[in-house]
Amino acid sequence: MRLTCPLCGERDRREFYYYGAEDYLHRPAEGASLAEWDNYLHLRDNPAGMTKDLWYHEAGCSQWLLVTRNTVTHAIAGVELVAERKTEQKAGRAK
Amino acid sequence: MPELIAKSALDGKSLTLGGVTLAEATVGPIHSVAVFPGGAKSTAKGLKSLGLAMPAPNSFVEKDGVRLVWTGRDQAFLVGVMPPDLDGAAITDQSDGWTVLSLAGGAAVDVLARLVPLDLRPAAFPVGQVRRSQVNHMNAVILRTAEAAFEIMVFRSMARTAWHEMESTLQMVAARAGKKI
Repeated sequence: MRLTCPLCGERDRREFYYYGAEDYLHRPAEGASLAEWDNYLHLRDNPAGMTKDLWYHEAGCSQWLLVTRNTVTHAIAGVELVAERKTEQKAGRAK
Repeated sequence: MPELIAKSALDGKSLTLGGVTLAEATVGPIHSVAVFPGGAKSTAKGLKSLGLAMPAPNSFVEKDGVRLVWTGRDQAFLVGVMPPDLDGAAITDQSDGWTVLSLAGGAAVDVLARLVPLDLRPAAFPVGQVRRSQVNHMNAVILRTAEAAFEIMVFRSMARTAWHEMESTLQMVAARAGKKI
């Protein structure tokens, strides 16, 4: 498996650290309900198909990456920097 | 204040095997230049006095023996000179934190190819470029200074391990080529 880091270029899997679903980017706002926090912390989808998750380029540029990939075909559809992401941010994220 | 003598991690060691020379390089002071958000302009102004500009990702710029090496997003290492006054960036002294190994000569690429997960062909990694990657499991900053010459920066605490790894690889490559060690 290889990921194309937007800064470093195509790199081997061993340079990256897997963190988890992109849900971690959508922290509930202050005063959010318990259900929202429960969802943020514990409830994850387990899709057969496209999924988005966070990877850390620990042996390269030390950037967090948002990777879009397919869990069925293992195809990587896109990699972007979390710091410069253009993907629409869900409402309710603390700012 | 007593005069303190700076010692290098490997005592300036060098080793030549099968036409490839591995040596500890002396590069002078190393400072990290980390640009603040919105500080790009004033950083560029400060670097102008050295005739340098922030390098593009994966590359380094060089003038009069002074290098500015890309090491991350909005970050570069200034190598070989004390930094000028810079308003737009955080400057931290890294000089004692790194050991620089130079690897040069004929089969230098074959030696490095056994240690790093990178495409080392000149088309993918041309002269004047830098890569942050790993030498086995050690994080490293690898500069290509000529077709068959590299400078490898590793954490100083890893200096002897890095030397050991590279030395054994040098021996294996020389042995494979049928050269007497």
